[in-house]
Amino acid sequence: MLGVGILKGLAETGRNFVGSYFDPKRMVTVEYPEQRLPLKENSRQFPFLVFDGDEAAIGLRCVACQICEKECPPQCIYIEKSKDKKPDHLGKPQYYPAVFDIDTSVCMSCQICVEVCPFDAIKMDNQYELSTTDRFGGLLLNRDQLTKPNGYFQTLHPTDASEIDTRREEERVKAAAKARADAEAKAASAAKPKVAATGTTTVNNAPGVAS
Amino acid sequence: MSGGNGGSTQGSGSPGLSAVDRFALLPQEMEDGGGSWLEISMGPQHPSTHGVFRMDVVLEGETVVKLKPVFGYLHRNHEKIAEGTSYLSSMPYTDRLDYFCSLTNNWAYALAVETLVGLQVPERAEYLRVITAELTRLQNHTCLAGFLMQDMGASGTPLMYGFREREFILDLFESLTGARMMCNYMRFGGCRCDTPAGWLDQVRTVVTDYPQFLDEFENLLTGNEILMSRTQGVGVLTKELAVNASISGPCLRAAGVDYDLRKVDGYGIYPRFPFRVPLGDHGDTYDRYMLRILEMRESLKILEQALKEIPEGPVIDPKAKLRGFRPKPGEAYGRIEGPKGELGFYLISDGGANPYRYRVRPPSLINLTVLEDLCLGHNVADTVIILGSIDIVLGEVDR
Repeated sequence: MLGVGILKGLAETGRNFVGSYFDPKRMVTVEYPEQRLPLKENSRQFPFLVFDGDEAAIGLRCVACQICEKECPPQCIYIEKSKDKKPDHLGKPQYYPAVFDIDTSVCMSCQICVEVCPFDAIKMDNQYELSTTDRFGGLLLNRDQLTKPNGYFQTLHPTDASEIDTRREEERVKAAAKARADAEAKAASAAKPKVAATGTTTVNNAPGVAS
Repeated sequence: MSGGNGGSTQGSGSPGLSAVDRFALLPQEMEDGGGSWLEISMGPQHPSTHGVFRMDVVLEGETVVKLKPVFGYLHRNHEKIAEGTSYLSSMPYTDRLDYFCSLTNNWAYALAVETLVGLQVPERAEYLRVITAELTRLQNHTCLAGFLMQDMGASGTPLMYGFREREFILDLFESLTGARMMCNYMRFGGCRCDTPAGWLDQVRTVVTDYPQFLDEFENLLTGNEILMSRTQGVGVLTKELAVNASISGPCLRAAGVDYDLRKVDGYGIYPRFPFRVPLGDHGDTYDRYMLRILEMRESLKILEQALKEIPEGPVIDPKAKLRGFRPKPGEAYGRIEGPKGELGFYLISDGGANPYRYRVRPPSLINLTVLEDLCLGHNVADTVIILGSIDIVLGEVDR
């Protein structure tokens, strides 16, 4: 009969309308600025640079290897390597970025930089309220704006961060042990010049394991 | 005169033809219409064109006598960019082709590269791919049905119901991949990361609840007399034309051609899943709408089975490299059954870090080629519905 389909549809609309007041499954609207949904652990917006400890200049993990700059699909990262070196968490002298800019108006939040970084130095932030009144300078983030402590990263991605911290701690312990062994071997070789050959082999192996 | 439409004739004695794409009609042809023809330009900014797309429609009264699609407003140089960046860096760009279905785009591209390199995808990653691809199909078809109703004048209600359900799926995508739409999830030889804790259970909840929504949606629409009178017999695509114009996806199957790459190619692990391929009888707009509803129900069956069988294990081939990825010289074509049709990526490698040639076979663009044939003889208001039922996304048409 003509009109039955329309009436059925109207009944459905009515059910949805009433349900939007009572049925939790249909009460889906979130009044955004007042209410906020909890962010997912994996959610990503723009990258930031992680540093260990309290001092960004000392603890910055980035060694300015420029892999992310090369791999970044929209080419929004600009890095200038430092002239001097600073020790990393293993005590090895490394370069650090003298300039590290990310143009967030170009960045497409793809996370490729995070994936290719061998030093766990760049990670995704989930800060999404980023509007500024200055569309050029305000969206171009420099190194100081990008660096954030490891504790912040811990709050964003706890699973990921604790895994990385354990790995880095292991690396550090291993490197410290190796440094101690090397120092002992050196001291031993200085004391007994004859056994120097064995001592040298250990030292030769060391960079391969550490890297 | 009729051949002059394609050539550049600026200042060479054919007034009015200078901009090749500006008009659908030559002045001579306009006169043939006896002065009763009216040429109107729908778009590029028009609510019904699903993006920046323009139709030059020539009308006699309300009836379409000629229609010319004009696109390219959203051209972003996708293929050339991909030839200039590494294989990995093109992956997030594929998200932006058909921005409704980023996961299937990822899969097609990953499949092409895997064919090129010969990477094996671990079992769990294959299941994750099927699950994410079928979820993508669900949300794409839901949106499409909503937009189709919007085009028909049912402003808001079906579309918002569709969007409400789609949001549950996008939430799943966000907790798995980090982004609602630009997922960038698949990698050559697997997937980027494993599922977060409890994710599969969330998918199970959505999959169990979805049939109820589909029933509601069908109650709302399928038997609706207005919908039937607006869509039945409108925009009929014949079998012959569909095959000759290499139409693919739901449009092809609505015309009655049994061709689904999930069955024909059996890529990934699709041969393991028993599902039916729904087919249309008439190839009209109603069939295209109905077919998508039926396809969603089949997708749910695939999802149920995949969720039951998904094994534990690694999600990426250990041989796969992220950096310094240089395939051996060769060529490969990877294609999948995307929600809109056959999505293919053709790659030629010369051994370098970038593809030598990178070509996308976009289903939206090729399905769009029959638009004029479908619209001729119908009312101008029907062109809007026909365009909606073809299901195009301009990001993919223009690339």
